[in-house]
Amino acid sequence: MNLLLVTPIIVPMLAAIAALAFREQPSVRRIISLAGPLSMLAAGFALLVIVDRDGIQSTNLGDWPAPFGIVLVADLFSSFMLLMAGIVSLAALVFSFGTLRSRNIRFGHYSVVNLMLVGVSGAFLTGDMFNLFVWFELMLISSFVLLALGGGRRRIEGSVKYVAINLLSSAFFLAGAGLLYATTGTLNMADLSVKIAEVDNQGLVTTIAMFFVISFGLKSAAFPLFFWLPASYHTPSIDVTALFSGLLTKVGVYALIRTFTLIFANDVDFTHTLIMVLAGFTMVVGVVGAVAQYDYRRLLSFHIVSQIGYMLMGLSIFTPAALAGAILFIAHNILVKTSLFLVGGLLARFSGTESLNRMGDMYRRKPVIAGLFAVAALSLAGIPPSSGFISKLALVRAGIEDEAYVITGISLFVSLLTLYSMTKIWNSVFWRPMPETAPGAVAELPPVRRLNLLLMLSPILFLVGLSAIFGFVAQPVFEIATDAAESLIDPSAYVQAVLGETP
Amino acid sequence: MNSVLLMTTARLLISILLLFAIFLLVRGHNAPGGGFIAGLVVASAVGLYALSFDIRSARSLLRLHPSTYIGGGLFIAVLSAVPAMFSGDPFMTGIWVDFTVAGEVVKIGTPLLFDLGVFFVVVGMVTIALLWLAEEEG
Repeated sequence: MNLLLVTPIIVPMLAAIAALAFREQPSVRRIISLAGPLSMLAAGFALLVIVDRDGIQSTNLGDWPAPFGIVLVADLFSSFMLLMAGIVSLAALVFSFGTLRSRNIRFGHYSVVNLMLVGVSGAFLTGDMFNLFVWFELMLISSFVLLALGGGRRRIEGSVKYVAINLLSSAFFLAGAGLLYATTGTLNMADLSVKIAEVDNQGLVTTIAMFFVISFGLKSAAFPLFFWLPASYHTPSIDVTALFSGLLTKVGVYALIRTFTLIFANDVDFTHTLIMVLAGFTMVVGVVGAVAQYDYRRLLSFHIVSQIGYMLMGLSIFTPAALAGAILFIAHNILVKTSLFLVGGLLARFSGTESLNRMGDMYRRKPVIAGLFAVAALSLAGIPPSSGFISKLALVRAGIEDEAYVITGISLFVSLLTLYSMTKIWNSVFWRPMPETAPGAVAELPPVRRLNLLLMLSPILFLVGLSAIFGFVAQPVFEIATDAAESLIDPSAYVQAVLGETP
Repeated sequence: MNSVLLMTTARLLISILLLFAIFLLVRGHNAPGGGFIAGLVVASAVGLYALSFDIRSARSLLRLHPSTYIGGGLFIAVLSAVPAMFSGDPFMTGIWVDFTVAGEVVKIGTPLLFDLGVFFVVVGMVTIALLWLAEEEG
């Protein structure tokens, strides 16, 4: 078992190293880079099956015993996230084969992508707070490079904001981890889960919890610290934006859910109510920001923010049903959001711009892209029978059961605005004729090679197809999410798997 | 810059620095030292060479592109975690082997391999940065 837990960390690492060796052969680099996502996908799936059958898996790295050394733990939630991360990173990589300039490949684009995946896998699997910090840093440093790679004034500007805000967030994380260690004497999450209840000064624990709310809130772009995301996500190459939207903020949400179910679950009245308020504001502010945008990627970036709110809503209601809804929503959002960004990449390739004001007539010219966009956009808004409908239904039902009417109402209202902003894209990009003010932009673009088109189109088909299957055959996914949520609410199995004793 | 004084001392100093780096690398397990520091020492030797002679010859001193050092170092570091898998221990468990050389017990283990990996990564990273900065100036 212990091999399976390290696979999704070691294989992307080896892929990054191997890609470094082939400086002059971009096609070899491309093929090698696939190893990372594939290993995450395979390990995520295998872990999901094994954890479902035999319970939570854990391994002590370096054979140092549990509360002292570093443990890797896979429960249903982390295996599921690993699987989803593998799927989107695979799609984004294949898409990039059709678009990415060979200059960026020479600069080591694919090595850095794989290093980022190492960080993502590590963050999902680790059972230690400080180790989580290290994986976050690895992920962030790689993402800094990916944002800035290829240069250009706009990119550097975007990455400066991104770097500054993420360093701030890391500082909060580190301070929080330090305080946590000072109060409890441990950083092992399972051990913390037991010891945190024994701390005399529970007010201090809540204070520490706030450090993590700020840090993870920043990383997952929750209100009020979301502004860096729409300011930077529209600058890198589109496959990078797609990858970021599918992975980075979701890792932040994962960390929030993990810590606020396993560790900071004693003062639920305060902490989770605060998270609920943040969730509500995040949803509304994100979608209102999106409605005001006229750039395809900026509009979708604001939507990322808005949808983080739904995930936090699931966490804040804090019932098994609500957490299951949040997990479903994360899965749905990873698939749909990434495919929408990739569609944006195709649109930009065919129209030479990402500004909604200068696009038009796409429905007649590219009906397949229009169809893919429509399916993904309707799913994002939550129209049945899409995956968005299923996951929002789960969240709303959990909200009503728990009598959290305000947040439920907000979430429904925000869905409506989401639909509105998707209609806005649909109208201006696909439906209306080409605006007069953008003459000749289409004719100047070089034709897209057939192979590249296939490479760009197939990952979108794959993601949209998966999300459609998810919508129609929701039962097995729903069961996994429910089981995962139940083990989050009652962490005793987790603690036992790591520490090897009943608490 | 073509100072005879600097060139002569650099030749002497560099060989001492390289030997000292090996000493630091091996010593790291029981006393201050290790791959990181040894890597810095080697990189500063390369930097000294670049200062006293020129950047082109400093590059050729390394023989390989610095990024190859980074890749190779990372690979060695990952490799050091592998032997544990064959002996059935959890990943990254340190495996030690005892040798007796001239009556003295010498312990060699996978952590040394890890340190060697760190050493190459640091050499690669720092020389890339140093040589780039030096080229910018010149």
